Amino acid sequence: MTATATIENDLLKAERLTIRFGGLTAVSNLDLLIRRNELVGLIGPNGAGKTTVFNLITGVYQPAEGEILFDGQSVVGSKPYRITARGIARTFQNIRLFSSLSVFDNVRTVFHLHLRGDVRHALWRGRAFLDEEKSIADRVVELLEIFHLEKLRDAPAKSLSYGDQRRLEIVRALAAQPKLLLLDEPAAGMNANEKTDLMRLIQFIKDRFRISVLLVEHDMQVVMGICERIVVLDYGVKIAEGTPDEVRKNPKVVAAYLGD
Amino acid sequence: MFNFEQVDVWQRVIEFLQQLINGLALGSILALIALGYTMVYGILRFINFAHGDIFMLGAFAGFYLAPKIAAVLPTPSIWAGLAVMGISMMICAAIGVVIERFAYRPLRRSPKLAVLITAIGVSLFLEYTGQLVFGAAPKKFPDLIPVYPLTQFGGLSINSNQVLVLGVTLLLLLALKFITLKTKIGTAMRALSFNPEAAALMGINTDFVISFTFALGSALAAAAGILYAISYPAIDPLMGILPGLKAFVAAVLGGIGNLPGAALGGLIIGVTETLVSGYISSTYRDAIAFGVLILILLIKPSGLLGKKEVEKV
Amino acid sequence: MRFRHAKLLLLVALGLSLLVSLGADRIDAYVLFVLYNIGIYIILAVSLNLINGYTGQFSLGHAGFMAVGGYTAAVITNQFGALNPFASGALFFGALLAGGLLAAVAGLLVGLPTLRLKGDYLAIVTLGFGEIIRVIFQNMDRVGGARGLSVMHGYTNFFWTFGMAAVTVYVVTALVHSTYGRGFIAVRDDEIAAEAMGINTTKYKVTAFVVGAFFAGIAGGLYAHSTQFLTPGGFNFMQSIAIVVMVILGGMGNTPGVILAAILLTLLPEGLRWMAGVEHLPGIAKMHPLGWIGDTRMIIYSLLLIVLMLTRPQGLFIWRRKFRNAPP
Repeated sequence: MTATATIENDLLKAERLTIRFGGLTAVSNLDLLIRRNELVGLIGPNGAGKTTVFNLITGVYQPAEGEILFDGQSVVGSKPYRITARGIARTFQNIRLFSSLSVFDNVRTVFHLHLRGDVRHALWRGRAFLDEEKSIADRVVELLEIFHLEKLRDAPAKSLSYGDQRRLEIVRALAAQPKLLLLDEPAAGMNANEKTDLMRLIQFIKDRFRISVLLVEHDMQVVMGICERIVVLDYGVKIAEGTPDEVRKNPKVVAAYLGD
Repeated sequence: MFNFEQVDVWQRVIEFLQQLINGLALGSILALIALGYTMVYGILRFINFAHGDIFMLGAFAGFYLAPKIAAVLPTPSIWAGLAVMGISMMICAAIGVVIERFAYRPLRRSPKLAVLITAIGVSLFLEYTGQLVFGAAPKKFPDLIPVYPLTQFGGLSINSNQVLVLGVTLLLLLALKFITLKTKIGTAMRALSFNPEAAALMGINTDFVISFTFALGSALAAAAGILYAISYPAIDPLMGILPGLKAFVAAVLGGIGNLPGAALGGLIIGVTETLVSGYISSTYRDAIAFGVLILILLIKPSGLLGKKEVEKV
Repeated sequence: MRFRHAKLLLLVALGLSLLVSLGADRIDAYVLFVLYNIGIYIILAVSLNLINGYTGQFSLGHAGFMAVGGYTAAVITNQFGALNPFASGALFFGALLAGGLLAAVAGLLVGLPTLRLKGDYLAIVTLGFGEIIRVIFQNMDRVGGARGLSVMHGYTNFFWTFGMAAVTVYVVTALVHSTYGRGFIAVRDDEIAAEAMGINTTKYKVTAFVVGAFFAGIAGGLYAHSTQFLTPGGFNFMQSIAIVVMVILGGMGNTPGVILAAILLTLLPEGLRWMAGVEHLPGIAKMHPLGWIGDTRMIIYSLLLIVLMLTRPQGLFIWRRKFRNAPP
């Protein structure tokens, strides 16, 4: 592959990413590459800095050192909402839905990113506004149907079951039409059956929307089952990277997980 | 010529010291009220808007107690003053406990705003009932404690009242520190403010600790009410509104939930307010507390001594 | 779908206000005054509901914005003598707008700290801003300082009051019932998630403050030309709290409920005042005189407030809204 082809194929490239909280270096010198339409897993023991990496990519935290290139341009220093608009959407470890809004509105809210009109449209409520709202409603329903949430469209998000809430959070993130989807421990609190469903769902999302997925997960079965490449963090440092098989056999990984 | 200028500078220094002492006396009263706000906030995370009115009730309790005490103890005297203050503190502690029991406790699991509005309702209730029972016109607080001028040195006038206010405040602060740090109930209070669920699981009687907190805070407010009435002897049922507001500002300024912060905040507000009304304009006095607050919060959003709470993502 | 005919409803409301306004000389002056107060409090409560209810910010400074609008409008109209009805209408409209805009600027200034402050800290800072605005007016000799300002013209009428109330309700509802406006509620529900979903939370919060303050300013102008006398004390924090109480009793983020609460809480003291005035309740002979209500009116008000909160902490008028989640 030529050099230009490689660059075009790189969606997210983080280099020497470092962040410190007080005296603690939460992430240290991390290089991370995600290619287009690739499913990458980010694993590591509790407190390894996985969610911190998410927060760095999405602009919640600013790195002390290092660079994050998304689609060839830096996202360091951008506000989270701008980064989302550029094509990175995420879910949260502890579900963060808009609890009082309906399932429909949770997804609809995100569509404001693609609005042509602004406040004036909403106030004047002319033809253009109504047409745009109608087309947004159609697209929201379409998304909800894909994920079998259309029957719940008018239910407040907080009334949903745990599994549905997790799914809704993913749908909401997809409504941002991201190129990269970050999933933060989506399997947390799920039983074996639900985990199997989730694995199918993630695979399906990647293929159907042709996006890249970065999956932070605690559950080995899920990560090993679907990820093409896995990055292992321990104490904020990358200790291994490779295919599931390579990672599984890596003695450093085994040591980190078994506690030395 | 030279001499004149020297005198001028000297007088300025004296004047400044005078304002500082007045400010500290006012500030220590605000600090006593602020402690009640901050203790309740630390444990229940809500603004007890009626706290300023407890301060008012403290002053009125003193007003009605004074003649009764005068029948037993020679008045004015330190002993009469202490007796009035002690009984008034007990009365207000009881009132605080009753308010918590009937107005706030039923709402412990409700949205914070509902509790805040209830507290506002209680505050209005105390003020209007006060107007009906005590009368709306200001009353002259009796001379409880003899006042001696301590010094007139170079124009600096300090009287025994100011020293008394500072001294009593200091004693009460030390007592409070002892209670929260060295007693069982104080440990329970701190546990509760740290993590209410865990505290309840560890067998702490949450209701009792909360009642105790209200009693403690209300007693301090009552003490502040008496000290205030001794220094500014015209008392009326609405006298609690502004000091209450300023004390709350002081609590937020110091970092709400933080006891030393509340004391520090009270002193800062008191001194700033006195200096500004002395040197700049007394008509802007009531805006000073808020001006200071906004400035400090914009620089340090969690208050001077408050801990920054980072929301985990 | 209930908001589909919004613009039509707004026109109907404006037309009705105009009609009633034309026949207003048949209405008792006291009744009219109370009606104006109702309209003014509807504007205040509905606009505060955008800030506190929908956007979840905790503002305790609404009276400050009201003061800015009231004083501005009054100073403008006081420049002019008697005018013909058309000119005075145009002048009043212009004065109201100017008051609203200046209040909106104040809203921007107060909205900016919201970028850093949350919850109780924000509440106390907005309260502080409101009090500072009041103290500034108190020290402004140009507008009478603490003595107050006489407003020469009683321009406020039924049309302006309820027309403006209708516009306020329309604007707030239209804002919230749009894809753009769901962002306000998203900010309230979870600010971090909202930011992660591409919502510029800062802009939304400041927008809520600016729009809310604008209408509070309009309400201030109406109030000034209804009472025809302004004192800084009339805009103290108790006034702000009265508006907050309406929003909370109505149910945060529930506009119909907030309107009802504004009506009820404006009528309540008037009703008690009326009861205190009558010797016997009509229809019931030999009732005990109700004169005592005069003295205890505000005590009853505060007790009602406590009892209402204890029995319905979620607000008086929270009911299930069937179409709440439907697109407009």
